Amino acid sequence: MTTVTAPPAAVESLAPRRKPKRSFGPGSIVKYALAIFFLIVVLMPLYVLIVTSFKAGSDIGVTSQWNLPTHWTTASWGKAWTALRPSFIRTFELAIPVAVISSVIGAANGFVLSRWRFPGADVVFTLILFGMFIPYQAVMIPLRDIVTTIGIAPGIPTLIFVHCVYGIPICTLIFRNYYATTVPEELVEAARVDGAGLLRTFTRIILPISIPGFVVTVIWQFTSAWNDYLFAIFLANTRNGPITIALNALAGAQSPDYAASMAGALITSLPTLLVYVLLGRWFIGGLMAGSVKS
Amino acid sequence: MRFTRRAAIAVVGVAALLTASACGSSDDGGDGGSGSKKVEVFTWWADGGEKAGLDGLVAQFGKDCAGQEFVNGAVAGGAGANAKQVLASRLQQKDPPDTFQAHAGAELGDYINAGQVEDLSADYDTWGLKTAFPQGLIQNLTVDGKIYSVPANIHRANVVWTNKKVVADAGITSDPTDLASFIADLDKVKAKGIAAPLAIGKDWTQLMLFESVLITDLGADKFTGLWNGKTDWNSAEVTKGINDFKTLLTYTNKDRDALDWTDAEKLVMDGKAAYQLMGDWEAADLDAKKFADYAWFTFPGNGTTFQWLADSFVLPTGAKNAEGTKCWLKTVGSADGQKAFNTKKGSIPARTDAVPADYPKYQQAAMADWKSATQVPSCAHGSACTQGWQGAANSALGAFSSNQDVAGLQKALAAAASQFVKK
Amino acid sequence: MRRLRHWGPGLLLLSPSLILLAVFVYGLIAWTTKVSLSDEHNARGSKGFVGIDNYKNLFTNDIQDRFTHSLKNLLIFTLVFLVGAMLLGLLWAFLLERGVRGEGFFRTVYLFPMAVSFIASGVVWRWLMNPLKGDGAGGLNAVFGSLHLDFLQSTWWTNPDWGMASMAMPAVWQLSGYVMALFLAGFRGIPQELREAAAMDGASTYRLYRNVIFPQLTPVALSALIILGHMSMKMFDLIMSVSGPQWLTEVPAIYVWQTLLTSDYAKSAAISIVLLLLVAVVIVPYLIYTNRAEKNT
Repeated sequence: MTTVTAPPAAVESLAPRRKPKRSFGPGSIVKYALAIFFLIVVLMPLYVLIVTSFKAGSDIGVTSQWNLPTHWTTASWGKAWTALRPSFIRTFELAIPVAVISSVIGAANGFVLSRWRFPGADVVFTLILFGMFIPYQAVMIPLRDIVTTIGIAPGIPTLIFVHCVYGIPICTLIFRNYYATTVPEELVEAARVDGAGLLRTFTRIILPISIPGFVVTVIWQFTSAWNDYLFAIFLANTRNGPITIALNALAGAQSPDYAASMAGALITSLPTLLVYVLLGRWFIGGLMAGSVKS
Repeated sequence: MRFTRRAAIAVVGVAALLTASACGSSDDGGDGGSGSKKVEVFTWWADGGEKAGLDGLVAQFGKDCAGQEFVNGAVAGGAGANAKQVLASRLQQKDPPDTFQAHAGAELGDYINAGQVEDLSADYDTWGLKTAFPQGLIQNLTVDGKIYSVPANIHRANVVWTNKKVVADAGITSDPTDLASFIADLDKVKAKGIAAPLAIGKDWTQLMLFESVLITDLGADKFTGLWNGKTDWNSAEVTKGINDFKTLLTYTNKDRDALDWTDAEKLVMDGKAAYQLMGDWEAADLDAKKFADYAWFTFPGNGTTFQWLADSFVLPTGAKNAEGTKCWLKTVGSADGQKAFNTKKGSIPARTDAVPADYPKYQQAAMADWKSATQVPSCAHGSACTQGWQGAANSALGAFSSNQDVAGLQKALAAAASQFVKK
Repeated sequence: MRRLRHWGPGLLLLSPSLILLAVFVYGLIAWTTKVSLSDEHNARGSKGFVGIDNYKNLFTNDIQDRFTHSLKNLLIFTLVFLVGAMLLGLLWAFLLERGVRGEGFFRTVYLFPMAVSFIASGVVWRWLMNPLKGDGAGGLNAVFGSLHLDFLQSTWWTNPDWGMASMAMPAVWQLSGYVMALFLAGFRGIPQELREAAAMDGASTYRLYRNVIFPQLTPVALSALIILGHMSMKMFDLIMSVSGPQWLTEVPAIYVWQTLLTSDYAKSAAISIVLLLLVAVVIVPYLIYTNRAEKNT
């Protein structure tokens, strides 16, 4: 039983160990047929999204959704952008601070729990982890009261606070596992012998080698804050909330403009998809980190 | 202990960072703040005739309330279903809009009980509204001697809309006057190859149809009694109503639970259905969509019963710009405001001093009916029941749509009534 | 005192997080529990304590057994979602592990839905799962129609008995790639020596997988099940986006929201505590198990 899930290690381990063999037997025909079949299945919804978003007028319809547009137009993209732009910007104002703050908190906690362990640290860690799994409905009713009472402005500031708090468990987990596998005990011990205290050890020795961990938590928290709907709908609204609310309003309208909602869905997904394409390796690392242990 | 102190500083630092970033990026969407001259009007009027009506009202507001700025807080969808969710959320967050749309009647009771809306009785006197609105309506609006909202209009819920061509093709020449003749007509249309002649959508639209059937089977008085505890939901008449409703459902589109009312309306416009029961906002919506080939009749067997609902506006507790809100409310209640709004929205004015000639054809008929007809409230639109009751009824109808269990629906509705009546 | 000096700084650094979590996780759960035991059925506030009445009512006295119906929906959804995503994920990982040219491309495509929010993907799944069959069919039904696979046409989520199984499809689409990535890491984490040793013993490929490789994947499979399982129980966004809140597709997470909208705080608190207990039944043993396993190494 291992305690790994050091995300970078996991990323490396995704790389194939050997080159595929060159022979093409009946087995590999089945293999490729299946792989390509599933590729098409996975891409189908994306196809409908893209094609519909460029349609106009009578082209748009449930029955004609698989057809290519007879006239390509970007009008719906314009409409969707107009509807989503304010919340699009707001969502950046939400997701970036959340990603940064959560990561810093997670790094500090992870370090303490992995290399500066106090008696009972395991129990404390398990209690922290449980917070990752709770259904947020179970805290939502008092949460709304409490943030109103504390006086945090509704909308984005409230959501930043809430995402940071409920992001503590996952970020702590990621950094704890990262430090446990990548920072040798001796390094911390040596610093301790030299008389360096916790904070100096952390800032001088640990932080500089934490970049890979930061990449993972930043991506993870950015994506989950960006894609969140539950907190958003409880603690914000169309006027001051993130893009998921705005998209749901656009797509759920009385006479929904299907082309615009599909364009809107694409616009909403662009930042996270971009993160995923550009930082794919680390993104996968983030996903792996979501599993408590592997 | 020197590192302890540093650690403490770090802790404070992190906390400060948290707070700073939380406060620093506060951007509440632009409006708000005391002394604001903006009036955020929260409605579910985002499309079609409803949007046109709102625009008319806004134009009048611009004239009457110079210096105040209208901010559109509309949330689209589902005859207000989406908007009510957002609104409830905002009120619970203590972030109310400056004014919001609410159905007059039982539904408003929820907000009054929760202390979320302010008493407007004094303003009613100032603006002379107590004499401008009909006495019956004033009675409906008054709760414990106080009035909390200004109605902008009156809508009628129990109207069947038809595609004239589809109906004519089926050889139907006169409007049905009872359920039997309506079903005979539905069969005629069906014989012409239209599989689902009666278009319908998800739960609340089914509740509307069901209520209309109940008006036919129970009569106006007993129907009203269902909502105030005077009529027993377990009676044989209600059973008959459910069975009739079940029969009607066999003429409706199978994908009903996936559709909103406008999707069902499109079925009528496209000739894929002949009939749809819907409130009279459909007239304005059809006009706005440039579909002229429609006609209407009161739901068969309802006689002269007018099932009413009224959109009204309130002053929420804690509104940021109470002065602006009051000017908005004054405009809503004024003769000019009601005309600007209702001629476009397809509803009729709540005021008695309106001139019928100012209005399109459908509304002239409705204005005449409003004066002479028996009035009953609507649960699907909040004049008859509270939101909790409405939710339970919608859920019960949604279940019936799939299981068709007559006894089950009756039991559920009776249970809902005993739980929610007079609360 | 020396112990305190030694551990103090660490605890101090940790304490803001611990305090926040103590308040916002455990404190608020306690608060919700308290509300669930009260009679706070409207915005006017609570008058008193009613014990477990709200819970009893949910199970025995809810109109039309709405709550048990939502649990049934959740059960069907969870089963289909877990089985579907685990099988597809394992199959994809297995395909890639057997060696496929352009593996990076396949991996990227299989995984991309994970980056999309349920709200965004719900927009298109609402269309794909259009319930009309035959001539007016759209979405998946149209695809099946044109492939002459009419028997596969379905009313999807509007089917009263198995609709929730269809509702799990978008979730499977979205998370199979994640399961694949987990399994792939699992496959690749198996020491090469193990495979070689098995090959030396003359084991067939089938036996190699059956006896050597799959047993090594058990911990990965367990993690994946836990992650998917707790996501499934909390499912809210997807259903809100595809069908909206309505009877047919109601699950406890949505019932909480619907109840909250009518200001019935006590009832919605009770539902959410039941939901929490459901999750805890799965998660707590798992956390204890991993904690123990870790100590043993």
